[in-house]
Amino acid sequence: MIEHTGSYQHQPGPYFGPYGGRWMPESLIAALEEVDRTFTEARNDPEFTAELQDLFTNYVNRPSLLTEVPRFAQDSPGVRIFLKREDLNHTGSHKINNVIGQALLARRMGKTRLIAETGAGQHGVATATAAALFGLECTVYMGEVDTQRQALNVARMEMLGATVIPVTTGARTLKDAINEALRDWVASVDTTHYLLGTVTGPAPFPAMVRFFHSVIGEEAREQILAQAGRLPDAVCACVGGGSNAMGIFHAFLDDSGVELYGLEAGGKGISTGEHAASINLGRTGVLHGARTYLMQDEDGQTIDSHSISAGLDYPAVGPEHAWLNDTGRATYEPVDDAECMAAFQRLCRTEGIVPAIESAHALAGALRLAQRWADEGVVSADTAAGEEKIIVVSLSGRGDKDVATAAKYFGMLPDAATPEGGDAEAVAARPEGAQN
Amino acid sequence: MTEQNTGQETGQQSGQNTEQQVETPAIRSLTSESIEAARDAGRTAFIGYLPAGFPTVEDSIEAAVALGNNGADVIEIGIPYSDPVMDGPVIQAATSQVLADGFRIDAVFDIIRAVTQRTDAAVVVMTYWNIVDRMGVETFARRLAEAGGAGIVTPDLVPEEAGAWFEASDRYGLDRIFLTAPSSTDERVELITESSRGFVYGVSVMGVTGARSEVSTAAENVVARAHAAGAPRVAVGLGISKPEHIREIGAYADGAIVGTALVAALRDGGPAAVGTLAAELATGAVKNSRGDA
Repeated sequence: MIEHTGSYQHQPGPYFGPYGGRWMPESLIAALEEVDRTFTEARNDPEFTAELQDLFTNYVNRPSLLTEVPRFAQDSPGVRIFLKREDLNHTGSHKINNVIGQALLARRMGKTRLIAETGAGQHGVATATAAALFGLECTVYMGEVDTQRQALNVARMEMLGATVIPVTTGARTLKDAINEALRDWVASVDTTHYLLGTVTGPAPFPAMVRFFHSVIGEEAREQILAQAGRLPDAVCACVGGGSNAMGIFHAFLDDSGVELYGLEAGGKGISTGEHAASINLGRTGVLHGARTYLMQDEDGQTIDSHSISAGLDYPAVGPEHAWLNDTGRATYEPVDDAECMAAFQRLCRTEGIVPAIESAHALAGALRLAQRWADEGVVSADTAAGEEKIIVVSLSGRGDKDVATAAKYFGMLPDAATPEGGDAEAVAARPEGAQN
Repeated sequence: MTEQNTGQETGQQSGQNTEQQVETPAIRSLTSESIEAARDAGRTAFIGYLPAGFPTVEDSIEAAVALGNNGADVIEIGIPYSDPVMDGPVIQAATSQVLADGFRIDAVFDIIRAVTQRTDAAVVVMTYWNIVDRMGVETFARRLAEAGGAGIVTPDLVPEEAGAWFEASDRYGLDRIFLTAPSSTDERVELITESSRGFVYGVSVMGVTGARSEVSTAAENVVARAHAAGAPRVAVGLGISKPEHIREIGAYADGAIVGTALVAALRDGGPAAVGTLAAELATGAVKNSRGDA
């Protein structure tokens, strides 16, 4: 446990307690310093913030809604659940917030090309979108495994004019896509901005990406005050690298009455070893430029992560989350594939909203928290109106991209429709008696 | 060559004042000695890289010994790592294979011990930092020194993050080989130069490891800037694969580093091929006679 007094907000980096920093090849340090300088200038430049605001309003579709979901919460008496609807943003997830911000910075630095890594494809799609909007070249690195499980997003990126390069090294997932993007950047840094998609990586990325996503929490805080008349008791968000979670947590960090929950991908169950629960089962080390919690073996080799959601399939976590964990300000819990998919289906069937599988981890976390409160006698069917507990969940993305994975998981496809080499893992992971 | 670099050799980064520095006994730098011996013999120091455990632990030892006995002044033993962001396809393929075969870090120290016993070259480790971090920098440094290792080349560690490594390297008399790049600012070149012991690793090109047909024109400038910042020894790496590259680099640098070409030779022809290629490369290191033709 790390002692921390004073505000948790606006931590400037590069360090968050013992975490963060800049563990990078020297060749990239000058570029990181340029990004840092440009970001610092831009955030204090009224023209920049006005342009960002204009794009948020007129292109991204901000503010996103805060939607109460009473049918989703109907088996959780005494608990009200609200969803922060990042799924309604242009391109279908929170990723666009950071991408628009960094694309503006790239233009400000005179860069003509964007590169990005992507797991689920949401960040790649958002980057390809911004590149089209600003007339920049775009190359997206995506693990070969992910290009297969997210084939539609590959087509989407190509439609938007981006080049998608399947990465065939290592585990062929998100971490390897980051390695490949870094190798590209070392050789192309004069013309190219590496538009890193989450709150990991070397400084200034963790604090900068948080800055562009902090609009999520700022809006949610205002909206819940307007709709419920008070702050929530808890905020839940999924954590892979942790960008949507940092975005929604940030506004609430100094509201000590608001519990913050980060839900990590428990994969097939943390006892199986096949998961992506970096904070819960990782050890500290350095990966991709930051000191943080990561999944590694005794020798320091990164262990392959597993999650049904490509977007959480990352063996480390943003350094600020590592710090929030150690200070006790936020709590990180694993949600396994089965619990996640149950929440996924529940939201579909009770509210008519198909969430991203990533976001379904946060939904599951909310249901679990509601159950815990019920078990502790904090809430019950007798809880009076106005006395309910309130949870805000970051619905970080929509589930269109996950329909094939989910349909296979729930056995909704006729056998003939399961393509050879399809997501056999999802089928194998299907629980007995999963409902169609 | 007369050396005026005692300041470089005494670990001034750990914040001692001048009086203390004078009292600190100079740390012996095995890498510096090897490079200076090459200089005294009229040669550009030839530094060769091979991955630990490739294609097997035994053959990696034989290959490194062949390298050392055929002209290499310094041998870099690379530790295979799951996320090698500075490595190109040839070295990645080699190190991935080693990891897939179940390589464990303990073998690195056995390899270092065997190679130092069987060659006169200074043997350094090239490693991504998480490997050292996981073991603990103090333990890693102690074991490396006990095995006869001379120091560590750190491709993803910059001096700002190296506090614990400064202490451990001073305690165990190990060389700290930091990289300087074409993109490094003058301030950073100074920091890197002050922080390094043994030599400064000049990255010739903005890119990852891999053989290239020509040595980048940026290399000369990288070396000149490090020399100007006071570095007594600067070696050039990335893209060097032929004797003529080494000859060209020898005109302005103190050493030339070859990696990918040696790894490819080992992959295709085993340890003997490494010896053959090393002997050929070493002809390019001879400065005073025109070793060509």
